[in-house]
Amino acid sequence: MTRQMTGAKMVVQALKDQGVDVIFGYPGGAVLPIYDEIFQQNDIQHILVRHEQGAVHAAEGYARSTGKPGVVLVTSGPGATNAVTGIVDALMDSIPLVVLSGQVPTFMIGNDAFQEADTVGITRPCTKHNWLVRDTDKLSDTIHQAFHVATSGRPGPVLVDIPKDVQFATGTYTPKPQANISHYQPRTKGDPEAIAAMVALMETAERPIFYTGGGVINSGPEATRLVRAFVQETGFPITSTLMGLGAYPASGDKWLGMLGMHGLYEANLAMHGCDLMINIGARFDDRITGRVADFSPNSKKIHIDIDPSSINKVIRADVPIIGDVTEILTDALALWKARGSRTNTTAVAAWWKQIAQWQAVKCLSYTPDSAIIKPQYALERLEALTVGMDRYICTEVGQHQMWAAQFLGFEDPNRWMTSGGLGTMGYGMPASVGVQVAHRDALVINVAGEASWLMNMQEMGTAIQYRLPVKQFILNNERLGMVRQWQELLHGERYSHSWSEALPDFVKLAEAFGAKGIRVSDPADLDEAIREMIAYDGPVIFDCLVSKHENCFPMIPSGKPHNEMLLGEADTKGAIGSTGAVLV
Amino acid sequence: MSALNIKQGASGHSAYDLRDPNIQLIEVHTLAVLVDNEAGVLARVIGLFSGRGYNIESLTVAEVDHTGHRSRITIVTSGTPQVIEQIKRQLERMVPVHEVHDLTVEGPAVQRELALLKVVGTGDKRVEALRLADIFRANVVDSTLESFVFEITGTPEKVDAFADLMRPLGLMDVARTGVAALSRGA
Ligand SMILES: Cc1ncc(C[n+]2csc(CCOP(=O)(O)OP(=O)(O)O)c2C)c(N)n1
Ligand SMILES: [Mg+2]
Repeated sequence: MTRQMTGAKMVVQALKDQGVDVIFGYPGGAVLPIYDEIFQQNDIQHILVRHEQGAVHAAEGYARSTGKPGVVLVTSGPGATNAVTGIVDALMDSIPLVVLSGQVPTFMIGNDAFQEADTVGITRPCTKHNWLVRDTDKLSDTIHQAFHVATSGRPGPVLVDIPKDVQFATGTYTPKPQANISHYQPRTKGDPEAIAAMVALMETAERPIFYTGGGVINSGPEATRLVRAFVQETGFPITSTLMGLGAYPASGDKWLGMLGMHGLYEANLAMHGCDLMINIGARFDDRITGRVADFSPNSKKIHIDIDPSSINKVIRADVPIIGDVTEILTDALALWKARGSRTNTTAVAAWWKQIAQWQAVKCLSYTPDSAIIKPQYALERLEALTVGMDRYICTEVGQHQMWAAQFLGFEDPNRWMTSGGLGTMGYGMPASVGVQVAHRDALVINVAGEASWLMNMQEMGTAIQYRLPVKQFILNNERLGMVRQWQELLHGERYSHSWSEALPDFVKLAEAFGAKGIRVSDPADLDEAIREMIAYDGPVIFDCLVSKHENCFPMIPSGKPHNEMLLGEADTKGAIGSTGAVLV
Repeated sequence: MSALNIKQGASGHSAYDLRDPNIQLIEVHTLAVLVDNEAGVLARVIGLFSGRGYNIESLTVAEVDHTGHRSRITIVTSGTPQVIEQIKRQLERMVPVHEVHDLTVEGPAVQRELALLKVVGTGDKRVEALRLADIFRANVVDSTLESFVFEITGTPEKVDAFADLMRPLGLMDVARTGVAALSRGA
């Protein structure tokens, strides 16, 4: 049964066939036929953002919190170029997105037509794959392929560029099951020999550690269950990257906390001193490894990753296992049980004793203050007053992001939305919109810095329009805090342009948008203010005035090994040499 | 092919380049990449090399299967073993890439390049050019009273050697196709 329809209708039909219920977008000349079709149906909700970057981050928040691909619709030229930052963000963090962009009609491409940009050229290195569709007969097939590529293997953003004449013309619709997807089938099953080698190493390890990443979250809830089962089965300690928080519950007794540049002392030292590292869905990012030559020098490394190019890219793996985390861990756990595997309990107990000594350092302690709100204290109170709630946390980028990762506890996957790989200021506000669209009744909080928050604050309008009660929890230090910290440590305390000058009055700003504004500066008022924020049925901008010169510790300076970590102010003098200053 | 000149430790100072500075062994590999011949596929492959800082010493591309719309891209690249491995993995994960073969490690392969060389001169030099062309089995594909265009096929080294000899004899222009390569045997 073939069906004839216009390209614009095909777009909507293909989205329906893919089970899409919401898209984030912004109209313009080159997508008007598609918007006309959107107008004439009710199955797919369209969220009108205020800036195309916001649309992409909102779609990321939606995707990250649901496990489904996020869908974005933008117009040609400036619509597409505005989306680029979000697309790269999704590429770096492996978030499945399908971005549909309008393009000038095929017969005008290359003529510098009004609002023409070489969108596929610009986004070629920013997407997992992209397509320019020149023929309406190929449009629906391409959209189905786009969903397949975005969600198969290592997820990522894809883009389909659709010229306006292709939207107007009539062609044959290809239903989803007939789409041509056979050529892209990444391997998901792990090599049994490698899995056997992994199990054997785990049986004899004396100082083992699980190091998990965003790949566990991307693999789905079953992967999380399997990771937890393996930890339970072995009693091994577990740490996670920023992207992987929630795979193992923060309240679990084997949890060491996050690792990396601002990770916990015990997590980093355990990584440095382990004899077996079991990397599940993480990619040895430079925020994790520090100086590569000194990274975990005495360990055997197992590396599970669905992307073969992650293997041996930075750190050589002794046992690489390519495939999907869920499939590999299913096989590994089955083998573990079939062999009646046991761990080296005496050695592992001694290892835990060593870890307990590192934990006793209490690396997250800070100097409390009764007059000024410390950012760490604000997050401790936020955690205490929201723990156990149906809660989703987004962040912007900076010190507040690292403190949120350190001080908030994640019990489940898909509850933590942050820009890790690209570190995009302005991610959190629109991401919170996307999360709330997917989880209408949940408590969605964006832990923000005042500078980052201003980068996409226009999306407050979107939150108001769609009655999304997102809570913007701004840790306002009136500084580009993370930049200020680096300038203090690396650039002789010359604070070049790291002030947030001329800030708006956030309470009045909230009111101007039609939201609620709350300001708090006295630690004694904090709890009450947080309760008020949670109780309010609508969007809130929470302006939390915090100490201005707090530094984020622990910190492994760029280019240093894990065992040269700075724990507090006392450690910082002359800590970073001139070679370290070259690194980011 | 130009020799690579990488200073000891030069790559160790940037977080953008995390390769181990102690591995100095630079290898030259010939890769055969089978791709869908779709719009932009060559830009994708070249963009991968420039974006990630890999070397391209030579690159050839043409459709080799007109019904299946498959093109074969032959790339000569150089790098440490770790970088070569990365290049292959990065190529393999691209959606329009079907196969990646490293002809340098997958057993013996034949490599050929075609070059056209214009040599301008008279008298003894002209005679010498013709004599050397004969030794190298180069063909004369165009001639005037004071010039020849030679066509030579062979390994890049052979083409280099021939071009070196022609230089003092009046070499004016060279056009090279880049390497085409196939594995030997069945
Ligand atoms: C789009 C973008 N521009 C610049 C940076 C560099 N940068 C990283 S953190 C930071 C300061 C963030 O300030 P704020 O949002 O107030 O957070 P704080 O560190 O003060 O908690 C800057 C400028 C970035 N990450 N993203
Ligand atoms: Mg700030």
